[in-house]
Amino acid sequence: MTAPTSPGVDLPMRVKFAMYFRLLAMQGSWNYETLNGTGIGFTMEPALRYLPGGLDGPAYRAALARESRYFNAHPYLAGIAVGALVRAELDGVEPARIERFRTALAGPLGSVGDRLVWASWLPFCSLVAIGVYGAGGSPMGVVGTFLLLYNAGHILLRAWGLRIGLSRGLNVASALGNPVLRQGPQYIGCAAALVAGVALPLALQRVAGPGLGLVGGIIGAALIGILLLARLREHAEGWRIALGVLAIFVLYSVLT
Amino acid sequence: MSLIEALPIALLGALLGLDVVSFPQAMISRPVVAATLAGAFIGHPPAGLLIGVVLEMIALDTLPFGASRYPEWGSAGVVGGALFGAQPHGMPGALPACLLAALLTASISGWSMVVLRRLIAIRLEQTRDRIEEGSRNALLSLHLSGMSMDLLRGGLVTITAMMIFAPLVRAIVAIWGSDSAPSRAVVVVIAAIVAGAALWKVFHSVRHVLWFFLAGLLVWVGLLVTR
Repeated sequence: MTAPTSPGVDLPMRVKFAMYFRLLAMQGSWNYETLNGTGIGFTMEPALRYLPGGLDGPAYRAALARESRYFNAHPYLAGIAVGALVRAELDGVEPARIERFRTALAGPLGSVGDRLVWASWLPFCSLVAIGVYGAGGSPMGVVGTFLLLYNAGHILLRAWGLRIGLSRGLNVASALGNPVLRQGPQYIGCAAALVAGVALPLALQRVAGPGLGLVGGIIGAALIGILLLARLREHAEGWRIALGVLAIFVLYSVLT
Repeated sequence: MSLIEALPIALLGALLGLDVVSFPQAMISRPVVAATLAGAFIGHPPAGLLIGVVLEMIALDTLPFGASRYPEWGSAGVVGGALFGAQPHGMPGALPACLLAALLTASISGWSMVVLRRLIAIRLEQTRDRIEEGSRNALLSLHLSGMSMDLLRGGLVTITAMMIFAPLVRAIVAIWGSDSAPSRAVVVVIAAIVAGAALWKVFHSVRHVLWFFLAGLLVWVGLLVTR
C-alpha cells in the first residue's frame, strides 16, 4: 500500500489518526517482560509502512522488531516517544542512535507522566466529581463532569505528545521542559487540596444522609484515623485496612 | 440473580475492565463512573452513584503507577453499583455489605490483571523469534489477543462476583443486626480516613498544600453557615 518516503516528508493525516487511535490501545499487550515495548511497535506500525521497501520490506521489518523491544513510558506521554521514533526511523537515523534515544527517554516519560497524570490530574478530577456529588449533583452531572474534565486533559495530552514527537524527532527531550509538565503537578496539587477541603466533607455529609450529619464522633474518628494512616504512609495500604475493618464490621453486624 | 440477568452486567464489567489498562484509559473504569453506570443498568442510578462516590474516595489510595500492583476498580465498581442498586431502599446493611463485596472484587480483579500480564509474557516468549524478525502478524496477534483476554478477564471477574455476592449480600442484609445510623457512620469514617490519608500521601510534598486544604475547609464551613 505504501510508497517509499524520503527523509523529512510528512505523513498523511490518516496515518497520524491511525497512530493516535492505536495510542489509546497501546497497553493492550502490556507485560512484565517488555512493559509497553510491544505497544510502541504496535502504535508505530502504520507509519513504518512508509519506510523504503514499504510494508514487509527489510527496513520495515527491522524497524518494527527494534521498536517492539522493552520500553517504559506513561501511556499518555508515550506519544512523544512514538512520534519521535517514527520521525527518526523515517529520517533513516542509525539504529544504534535510536536504541540510545529509547533508553534515555523511557525513564523521564514514565516519571513525568506519573507525577502529572496519576498523582495530580486524576485525583484532582476525582475530587471535583466528589464535590459535584456533595453539592447535590445528579448521577449524569457527576459522571459527565468527571469524564469531560478528565478527558479534556487526557486527549489533549496524547495529541500534543504525538504532534511534538513527530515534529521534533530526536530533539524532543526539550519538550519535557514544558511548563505544564514541570509546574503542572504543583499547581494541580494546590487546586486539588482546595477542592478536597470543600468536596470531601460535603460528599461525606450526603453519604451519611440527613438523619446523621457529620457528628463530632465521626469527625474525631476520621481525624485520628487519617493521622495514623498518614504516619504509616508507605507501610500501609489504606484500602486494605478499609477492607479488613469493613469485613469485621459486617461479621459483627451479622452475628449480633 | 440468574446467569441471564448477570450477563449484561458482566458485559459492562468487561468493557470497563478493558478501560483500566488496555483501551482507551479514558477512566470510564473509575468507580464513580462504573458504579453509576451499573446502577443505571439495574434501574437505580442514584444508588450506583452513592456507592461509586464512596469507592472513589477509597480508590484515591491506589493510583495506577507503572508496573505497581493495584486493585482493579472497573469491574469492582460495576459489581458494587449493581449490587447496591438491586437492594431495597433504606436497608441498613446494604451499603456496608455491597461495599465489602466491591472491595473484595477489586482485590481479586487486581490479581487477575497480574495473571493476564504473565499470560501475555508467556505468549510473547512463544512468538519472540517472529517479533524479532519484524513479523507484523505476530505483533498484531500478540497485541489483539492481549486485549481480548483482558476483555474476557473483566467479564469473567464480574459475572463470577455477581453470582457469588448477589445471594450473599441479600442474605447479609436480611439478617443485619446493626442500626442504620452506625452502619452509615462506619462507611463514612472508613471513606474519610482512606481518602484523607491517600491525599496526604499524594500531595504532602506540594508547597503550601495544607493552607489550600484549610482554605477549602473554610469554604465548606461558610457553606454550612449560609445554608
